[in-house]
Amino acid sequence: MAILENKKVIVIGDRDGIPGPAIAECVKTAGGEVVFASTECFV
Amino acid sequence: MNSVIKGASYILVHTPDMVLYNGTTQTTERIVNPESEYLKEVPEKLRSYEEAVSYWPNQTYIGNVHPEELAEVEFPWYDKKMEGADRYGKFGEIMPEEEFLLLVQASDMFEVVRLEKGFVAAHKEALAKDPVITEEILERVHEGVELSEIEQFVNEEHAEGLYFDGKLVGCVKAAHDIDQNLSAHVMHENLMSKASSVLALLYAVRNAGIKKEDVEYVIDCAEEACGDMNQRGGGNFAKAAAEVAGLVNATGSDARGFCAAPTHAVIEAAALVKSGAYKTVVVTSGGCTAKLGMNGKDHVKKGLPILEDCLGGFAVVITENDGVSPEIDLGMLGRHTVGTGSAPQAVIGSLVADPLDRAGMKIPDIDKYSPEMQNPDITKPAGAGDVPLANYKMIGALAVKRGELDRKELADFTKKHGLTGWAPTQGHIPSGVPYIGVAREDILEGKIKNAMIIGKGSLFLGRMTNLFDGVSFVIHGNTAEQEKKESGVSEEEVKGLIAKAMKEFAAALLAE
Repeated sequence: MAILENKKVIVIGDRDGIPGPAIAECVKTAGGEVVFASTECFV
Repeated sequence: MNSVIKGASYILVHTPDMVLYNGTTQTTERIVNPESEYLKEVPEKLRSYEEAVSYWPNQTYIGNVHPEELAEVEFPWYDKKMEGADRYGKFGEIMPEEEFLLLVQASDMFEVVRLEKGFVAAHKEALAKDPVITEEILERVHEGVELSEIEQFVNEEHAEGLYFDGKLVGCVKAAHDIDQNLSAHVMHENLMSKASSVLALLYAVRNAGIKKEDVEYVIDCAEEACGDMNQRGGGNFAKAAAEVAGLVNATGSDARGFCAAPTHAVIEAAALVKSGAYKTVVVTSGGCTAKLGMNGKDHVKKGLPILEDCLGGFAVVITENDGVSPEIDLGMLGRHTVGTGSAPQAVIGSLVADPLDRAGMKIPDIDKYSPEMQNPDITKPAGAGDVPLANYKMIGALAVKRGELDRKELADFTKKHGLTGWAPTQGHIPSGVPYIGVAREDILEGKIKNAMIIGKGSLFLGRMTNLFDGVSFVIHGNTAEQEKKESGVSEEEVKGLIAKAMKEFAAALLAE
């Protein structure tokens, strides 16, 4: 988890996988700063 | 009583030229990198009509192959040819591009579509042989114009070219000089959606065994928007397509919700019929030119042909309960709400587990799930994986978490309750609905007792919300007979009881 501490993070989630906001929440709890988060649709 | 699924249609239109000229992957590349190697390679990587017809997933879509049969075909499928493949299937057909362009012109009410004379003459007879194309539609096909006229519109008036075999054979003109919402590009996109919806409607009416006059309401659930600068998404594709299809007694409206729209629309249609507002409602959608060749770069890079070369369409006929056809159970609707959240567990919970909980059912109680049915032959080489399988794994995992399935049974769950994807990546087209036609037949034949249709939509693409969306419904066998029994004494029985009492009374009077 330390790998994300004090890091700026760009999150790209997948509609049929893990959506952006869910990843962003995890990043925040690991001490990372989410600078951009979105979910994309790849189909 | 619940409304029923009376019939369904599934159609494809092979449009290789539109891949190059109208698919956004290609049109974007032309702007960003006009000299790109990819653009040069595209024409060589497009499949012939015969190749598209003999493609196993396409034959599955139009109803000549059961999804279970497709699952037995060795993967990948793009290099396998199905012997005995046919243009026509029980659900619809794979229409060739040249005939479709004539249908597009017949679907155009504002003379924005122009086709070259020789092209019309060469292909009108072939279109006339199509079993669902009516005389009224054929009469709408104009004789055509000189090629020079078309060239002038394309070169000087920003018309969108219509191509066949790489040659210019027609154009779609702008419907307004300034209004971008009526530009040639938008008119082209909308007319292709409309014409493929017309084809889907014609097959749906035929397949359901109803008369065109029976249809009272049509809901279009595509992803396009038609309107002008004062009402950009004014609509109404549904009524516009119904007009060409000859559904004279129908009105209609458009339902939008990205890829979730078809499932929203079927629920709305089922509710309209069950409420008694309309007796027969058809949910319809045409295809999307923008998505043609969407993953083309990855396909070409990996030596595959461009597999996204067909427009897709479908229609589902929903009627009052006929005592036979499978029902849409409005008591078991799943919905992703504003407050649901985006965690995968919450998403699947809201769409799958919550409606089942309300009905006292467990996840394994549903025989087949139909979430996103994208063809993995298209998505896997593009890095998006096997989308249906990913959905089945999430549904199975939730069943394990809820103690309804043993962890060891998870792999088996995806096979037993899942399906291999076969639908083209046309956005809304693969979302839940491709299975409705097959499910209807499998329920009628007793192969399965129920199925859950799940539609998911990427609302965030419209940049109005970060939210995702989804809804689901369950189809099951007809319960009219059972309901009648459970409702207690029938009308006939009441009549019988009264008759018996009268006889006894008469006998008593005579005895006195």
